[in-house]
Amino acid sequence: MLHLNECCYRLNHLDRSWDIDVYMANGGYEVWKRVLAGDLDPQEIIEEVKLSGIRGRGGAGFPTGLKWSFMNRLAPGDKYILCNSDEGEPGTFKDRDIMRFNPHQLVEGMMIAGYVIGATAGYNYIRGEFWEPYQRFNNAVKQAREAGLLGKNILGSGYNFDLYTHLGAGAYICGEETALIESIEGKKGQPRFKPPFPASYGLYGKPTTINNTETLASIPMILAKGGQWFSDLGVANAGGTKLYAVSGHVNKPGNFEVRMGTPFKDLLEAAGGIWKGRQLKCVIPGGASTAILPAEKAMGMTMDYDGIAKAGSFLGAGSVIIMDDQTDIVKVIENLSHFYWDESCGQCTPCREGTGWLYRVVKRIREGKGRPEDIESLKSVTGKIMGNVICGLGDAATIALDSALKHYEHEFRHYIDHGCSIYDRQ
Amino acid sequence: MSSTATHYKMITGEVKERIDRWISNYPADQRQSAVMPALRIVQEVNGGHLTTELMDEVADYLGMAPIAVYEVATFYGNYEHKPVGKHKLCVCNSISCMLRGKDEVIEYLEEKLGVKVGEVTPDGKFSIKKVECLGACGGAPMMQIGKKYYENLTKESIDEILAGLE
Repeated sequence: MLHLNECCYRLNHLDRSWDIDVYMANGGYEVWKRVLAGDLDPQEIIEEVKLSGIRGRGGAGFPTGLKWSFMNRLAPGDKYILCNSDEGEPGTFKDRDIMRFNPHQLVEGMMIAGYVIGATAGYNYIRGEFWEPYQRFNNAVKQAREAGLLGKNILGSGYNFDLYTHLGAGAYICGEETALIESIEGKKGQPRFKPPFPASYGLYGKPTTINNTETLASIPMILAKGGQWFSDLGVANAGGTKLYAVSGHVNKPGNFEVRMGTPFKDLLEAAGGIWKGRQLKCVIPGGASTAILPAEKAMGMTMDYDGIAKAGSFLGAGSVIIMDDQTDIVKVIENLSHFYWDESCGQCTPCREGTGWLYRVVKRIREGKGRPEDIESLKSVTGKIMGNVICGLGDAATIALDSALKHYEHEFRHYIDHGCSIYDRQ
Repeated sequence: MSSTATHYKMITGEVKERIDRWISNYPADQRQSAVMPALRIVQEVNGGHLTTELMDEVADYLGMAPIAVYEVATFYGNYEHKPVGKHKLCVCNSISCMLRGKDEVIEYLEEKLGVKVGEVTPDGKFSIKKVECLGACGGAPMMQIGKKYYENLTKESIDEILAGLE
């Protein structure tokens, strides 16, 4: 029996769930009022968030409470809280539904996080294509401001804080936190070399904390029900619930908020099972940047950090891409390689040149023009990108490809030897 | 750098007000943070694409070097530098949409409109563009037209969608 929608999606079934009245009728902004009244001080909040076991939901999985503790809230000058809603990893569409259906919980989470780190303002970086989510979020901010929950001297607390939106314009790389900062500063979204980390040198050179949408939207519930409650929903090393975006060859693709540690096969069943009466071939469990897992490895795994790692991949953003037993892996890798080549920001040579190499070689193989030495070339190029670049994009470009070669090298060889897919009838 | 031009061709009236609202979201000494919304707005008012004159105007208005604006305008995929159709059909080209038939969607659009990806129909009404993941993989295959997402596309739904666009 799956437990669904206990945190970020808890209101999604309600009529006009994005409205402040609905949110407040369901406990919304109660935590924020307690914070402003001094019932919950920043240190207590950080401890509670640490206790919850929540780790960054954007893909890196860094412990949120620890990240917040890097900020000195009493340091003079401006500080910023940023929300990363630049959802663009192929297979990922979970944050979109937070902003469409429960935007106030995100607003409240951003306000609480802002208070904890001593921020004067917050920005939600929303990808530019997400117009409807942007409008819902923006309207929620407006409603919160009208209700006196945002702005100057909020509810007589003496605390000033406001929230704004920044819209992207079509660049996956801006989901990388320092590229996101550069983008808000009105520049190309090219990642910064770290250190310094954003906690010491972030937006406009000021101390900054960046969290994913799902992470921030979970905060009000963690504080309302307690860190222990959240932690207990999940499993060891993975507290709470997780949004899994299930796409690909299933009967009912969609978002599922389930508890950490849910068996993969239960999630697959919730998504209606494999379409067209076919069998599962493989899964990309965490978005395009995570390793492909063959069915036999996936069917036994649990959906949490350690469970997926044990099966040989990564939880990432929880973007579960399902592929049936008619799927041409070479075509899949050609598509993914094209994505990384297209989205490389061009700053680091190994990524800029390497992603193009990978794409061109895989494309050549898929077009039936592959050469016997191509598989070795692919392996040698991935080794030269990994670890030699500023951010994770170049590394990510190699992960799915490496895993495809590990499990399905014979499919590449078939293309090279016969000029066609193993599924093509001669 | 400060703004020298007193007369703008594009950034006046309502366009200026819209850009100014975005500028007010950022600290007073950070006007360049509004470059992305400013480019989006002038592109939209110009019928879907940017020109050097428009980018120069944005640069001047925000106190930026023109090259800094060109860099932004050519880095982000949503800015266009050549005319596009009145309705730019942005078809998602990424993995989840591929698994559920984006190739057929593109093929059907090309056949129906008589133009290839990257081209504009002779009447200027439509153009087709392949874009990377739009974050709506649960509704694959999908496309974006203007500010709207159209999901779970079929030939029939595409016919209906296009017929409904003026």
